[in-house]
Amino acid sequence: MGTALTQDQHFAYVLRIGDNALILGHRLSEWCGHAPILEEDIAQTNIALDLIGQARMLLSHAGAVEGKGRDEDKLAYARDVLDWRNCLLVEQPNGDFADTIARQFLFDVYNHLFFTALTRSSDAELAAIAEKSVKEIAYHRRHSSEWLIRLGDGTDESRSRMVEALNRVWGYVDELFTMDEVDDAALAAGIGVDLAALRPAWDQGVSDVLNQAGLDLPTVTWSVGGARSKGHHSEHLGFLLAEMQFVPRAYPDSAW
Amino acid sequence: MTTQGEWPLWEVFVRSKAGLNHRHVGSLHAPDAEMAIQNARDVYTRRSEGVSIWVVQSQNITAADPDDRDILFDPNETKIYRHPTFYTIPDEVENL
Repeated sequence: MGTALTQDQHFAYVLRIGDNALILGHRLSEWCGHAPILEEDIAQTNIALDLIGQARMLLSHAGAVEGKGRDEDKLAYARDVLDWRNCLLVEQPNGDFADTIARQFLFDVYNHLFFTALTRSSDAELAAIAEKSVKEIAYHRRHSSEWLIRLGDGTDESRSRMVEALNRVWGYVDELFTMDEVDDAALAAGIGVDLAALRPAWDQGVSDVLNQAGLDLPTVTWSVGGARSKGHHSEHLGFLLAEMQFVPRAYPDSAW
Repeated sequence: MTTQGEWPLWEVFVRSKAGLNHRHVGSLHAPDAEMAIQNARDVYTRRSEGVSIWVVQSQNITAADPDDRDILFDPNETKIYRHPTFYTIPDEVENL
């Protein structure tokens, strides 16, 4: 039994989950009006809204755990880049549609396993949010899996783009499963999830779909992390925040 | 599947609740049946409109020729005895 979970660690733990949802949700919202076809435009926007809805619940809960009067909006709009605790994978740019699907698929498989485990959290609020979210995430996983199969097993061009896209984001995967002191404390307190224990199921889930797509596992050897633990983000997050936070920062406390 | 123009059109049928029939709600483009179901879910049931979805490729639907209207439908207009208008329907029956 390690040291007890502090209030700060509890806050940090919930914040990481909420930040993943909000940043990925915002990324997908950038497809609105730009997706390859109308039907997919609606699908991506639906998924974006699912994630932003989850982020609202999670950030509200994080603010309550912190107990310093910060609500979901304060946490979403009044934090600078170094204070964000999402993983590197979700902040990567949309790129082409294969890039979006690669990022989404690798994250969806993780997120589905993570939220399934999170439903057993001893933080009752967190468990309830997970219970509500896990059905949405199961659909996200199905949707991105089906796309990955079709692009991988499609034309020569779709296949090569899918392979390149997977190679571009593969090095951000390890961060999803890297436990730090906050994760250890949350796990010991029964609130958090054993990330490392999710890895075998993730490996299996990902290779099943890649097999169906006729693709080999990427052989990328580089691996970076540090965003969800320490706020060491890629240069992309600052630009995302500049757009996402502009209106509330330019017109603080406006209502419309 | 490189452009939207090459994707087949699918007709979408949604059952709004258990016990009712699937109803035609519209159409969409999709590369295959599974993606058509997913697209239909996102386009036609995102506001809780349904509990079940059918899709069928539009080219598999055979339609009556509009020019046959005279032959097919007009003769029935004078056959009032085929309508069950001589029964009173209990108030409790909602979906007849």
